[in-house]
Amino acid sequence: MRRQVEIKDHQREIYYFRLRLAIGIGFALILLFILLGRFMYLQVVRHDYYQTLAEKNRISIVPIVPGRGLILDRNGEILARNYSGNTLEITPNKLNDSLEATIEALAKLVAITPKDRKRFKKLLAESRDFETLLLRNNLSEDEVARFAAQQYRFPGVELRARLFRDYPYGDKTAHLIGYIGRINQSDIDQLDEDDVAGNYRGSDYIGKTGLEQSYEAILHGKTGVEEVEVDAGGRAVRMLKRTPPVSGSTLILSIDAKLQMIADEAFGDYRGALVAIDPRNGEVLAFVSKPTYDPSLFIDGIDTENWDALNNSPDTPLNNRALRGQYPPGSTIKPFMALAGLHYKARSPDFKVQDNGVFNLPSKNHDYRDWKEGGHGSVDMFKSIVVSCDVYYYGLAMDLGMERIASYLTGFGFGKKTGVDLGRKTEDGYDGESSGLVPTPGWKMRRYKQRWYGGDTVTVGIGQGYSLVTPMQLAVATATLANNGIGYQPHFVREIRGATPKTNPVLNYPPNVDLHIDPTYIDLVKRAMVAVTQPGGTAVAASAGAPYQIAGKTGTAQVVGVKQGEKYNASALSERHRDHAWFIAFAPADQPKIAVAILAENGGHGGGTAGPIARKVFDYYLLGKKPAPIVLPVVRAAASSAVSAASAPIDAPTEEEYD
Amino acid sequence: MTKRRLWRRFAAHLDGWLLLGICLLMSTSLFTLYSAGDGSWSRVIGQGTNICIALVLMWGVANLPLHFLMRAALPIYVLGIVLLLGVALFGDISHGARRWLNLGVATIQPSELMKIGVPLMLAWYFEKHEATLGLKNHAIAALLLLLPVFLIARQPDLGTALLISASGFYVLFLAGLSWRVMLTLAVSALASAPFIWRSLHEYQRHRIEMLLDPTQDALGKGYHTIQGMIAVGSGGVTGKGYLNGTQTHLAFLPERTTDFIFAVYSEEFGLLGNTLLLLMYLFVIGRGFVITANASTYFTRLMAGSITLTFTTYAFVNMGMVSGILPVVGVPLPLVSYGGTSMLTLLLGFGMLMSIETHKQLVKT
Repeated sequence: MRRQVEIKDHQREIYYFRLRLAIGIGFALILLFILLGRFMYLQVVRHDYYQTLAEKNRISIVPIVPGRGLILDRNGEILARNYSGNTLEITPNKLNDSLEATIEALAKLVAITPKDRKRFKKLLAESRDFETLLLRNNLSEDEVARFAAQQYRFPGVELRARLFRDYPYGDKTAHLIGYIGRINQSDIDQLDEDDVAGNYRGSDYIGKTGLEQSYEAILHGKTGVEEVEVDAGGRAVRMLKRTPPVSGSTLILSIDAKLQMIADEAFGDYRGALVAIDPRNGEVLAFVSKPTYDPSLFIDGIDTENWDALNNSPDTPLNNRALRGQYPPGSTIKPFMALAGLHYKARSPDFKVQDNGVFNLPSKNHDYRDWKEGGHGSVDMFKSIVVSCDVYYYGLAMDLGMERIASYLTGFGFGKKTGVDLGRKTEDGYDGESSGLVPTPGWKMRRYKQRWYGGDTVTVGIGQGYSLVTPMQLAVATATLANNGIGYQPHFVREIRGATPKTNPVLNYPPNVDLHIDPTYIDLVKRAMVAVTQPGGTAVAASAGAPYQIAGKTGTAQVVGVKQGEKYNASALSERHRDHAWFIAFAPADQPKIAVAILAENGGHGGGTAGPIARKVFDYYLLGKKPAPIVLPVVRAAASSAVSAASAPIDAPTEEEYD
Repeated sequence: MTKRRLWRRFAAHLDGWLLLGICLLMSTSLFTLYSAGDGSWSRVIGQGTNICIALVLMWGVANLPLHFLMRAALPIYVLGIVLLLGVALFGDISHGARRWLNLGVATIQPSELMKIGVPLMLAWYFEKHEATLGLKNHAIAALLLLLPVFLIARQPDLGTALLISASGFYVLFLAGLSWRVMLTLAVSALASAPFIWRSLHEYQRHRIEMLLDPTQDALGKGYHTIQGMIAVGSGGVTGKGYLNGTQTHLAFLPERTTDFIFAVYSEEFGLLGNTLLLLMYLFVIGRGFVITANASTYFTRLMAGSITLTFTTYAFVNMGMVSGILPVVGVPLPLVSYGGTSMLTLLLGFGMLMSIETHKQLVKT
């Protein structure tokens, strides 16, 4: 009985399965019939239509490349523009003759330099065979006429009018504006992924670095489409439909091109970086990274010699120091540390420290020395900033503890990207920027598998040790300090202006940081920073004779450590091992309109080398004064002599400074 | 004598009809690739290599007894889920999507594994609970299906996620999912469409919009569809002749050797060629259904049915995409498009079909 039921069930089950399978088979047949129906529709009913499209008169969809948006400075000065020029282009698979023979024949009509040939070879290697490749740029009118007369001899060779990109300020804005370059395979992949590849049909160039890259979508514009009827030979017979292109929008920057020039020149031969920000709104006024390079070299693919020269140079001109360079902040961190001390009530303004030139941790006999041998005597907070007393901050750092220091400094934007609009946009901001480092015990454990020592905190107190900042970060923090603790997202672009206003995002940068600093605290620190630039301070050179007050702070980032018990002697060190000079400042001190962070690599003392650069920038921006013809320091030893005069005993690596 | 015995042993677990159909499609692949590659042999040789490797794999799988296949179901599924989680956590991002897992020695795309792993798991699950099958089991099976689908969809790889859903759904359907449930699901899917729409990535929405109006992006994705339709339509009844497709050889067609290879074939061989191709597919599909109908256990019936219906779906989706009735989702034409991974996955499935067919005498029902 039981057995019978089972069999019955089994048969029922088979029956149901076969029913379902029959439905499945029906489904499969329907799918195949849908396809057959579609094929019949396309290949029989609509055959003539598609036949026409494909054979006799093919409708060719021709992209019309939009003009790329301009880039202007805040005063309308042009930083990037387009000009039209004639080019000679070859489509290799349309040639009758061999490629070499064609180029030889062309060389008799127009000048073709070895550089042109090299570039062509490179393009050829990267291209697919039906692509049209550039042979010569900027043909003269004579050359155009000569080739036009002989064009019939060269099927597959075309004369085209194209727009070219030009950067009037050249290397002065290269790290800021960046450059465009030919679209390569990885660009194509990216465009495909972003689903905008269609908009790049016919486009040859794309923003590769700088603002050209970060605002690519806005600068490029919308490609137009022309549907033209072409005959079998590919010649246009008539136009059927035209959707005009929409030119890229114009970027109006917050940069002041003249200020940029002055800042650039003020660096002389120094390597380094300068970032100037309007503390009232976060607009970047000047953005310098030295040395720099000529962006026009990259537009049509850089040749090997130039590339090697740039890429292998010990000066690393391609490195954007202002955004990517990470350096210990040195004593420029002290005003921020002082505010942290006041904030956490670890120090009152009047609390005095007796500085005998040496700081010791309890139970350790390691000496943390002040940069000044013998110390500064009795030091309160005001004096600690003016004379840049190290011992004061060693003790303060220990009393605060690393967690509180880290938390306070992070509030000023240290240790994280500022989010400034430069580079390729990614999930966490733009990739052109380094994030610096505010070390914590957790970080050290992850990074080095070591526990955090008291000595680590001590050195962070004077901006050495593991601390790292970028010039951009320090400029932003300085601007926030100048603006009494209210900070803004730094940005380069003030406005986007274009043909179709609704497609342009309205830029709005409200304050993004409010640290709620007690006004008496900020007042104390600012007064001390003013005193820094007065006689008795560490940066007198910066403000001598200025009709406005400058608040500043010097700093030194160590390049090589000096052993315990040895002395730092700048003249004995090779130039690249000398310390980096920092200077942060804002002016006018009572109502700041501009804040800067300046780094001069191997510049020794901040007040001596970076201070005068700040002064030139301030004079121009606040007084509209062009500095006297700039005398470039021919020998950098001049700067280092100031350093050796102030040289002091220095201890273990990365644990001391001396300014 | 020994030679003959050796041969018999070699061919014992191969299914002649199925193999014939597969080989017909594969040879279509090879000579279409020669044309699509503008008379270059490199793709033909590459595909030949893919085919040889895949055939060896198929032979191996066909020789595996059924209980082995069943025992492999759970481990393969679990491995697939672990790898998918690995991709979600540590996967390499290529083109903005996280699909690949770098294992040091090789990078793998676990979603490919799940194309077989999911139906295998579901068929195994139903077999296990055959005696007491109820709505609860269907619900659990649906969860087993949705977990990998969810992981793949958020990579994001919507095309693969949908195809795996289809292959899993076929198992549920063949296992007797009640019509009422299906109707309820269909209605609720329609109702939730606006929410799903909002959760889609920009590019996925764009693709769906493109389906409705390919001319909207005539230079971008619509370009593929438009050029594909021109190629198919201009082929006419008899086609332009082998190696004479203008769309192909004037380089109007994108992805000629992979996703759009059907346009090349269709332009050169016309409606007659298309009908022949459909017949070849019908032959393979039909043989698959015969194997399904004759399969001796619950597990093998479900598995064989799902493999066959999934194969049908792939072919339909690809040809539908090229001829402009489906969106461009990046599904290759099964057994014809250039590509090693899809060839391997497909022949793995066919190996299972052959094993199901040739091992059934040995299994007690």
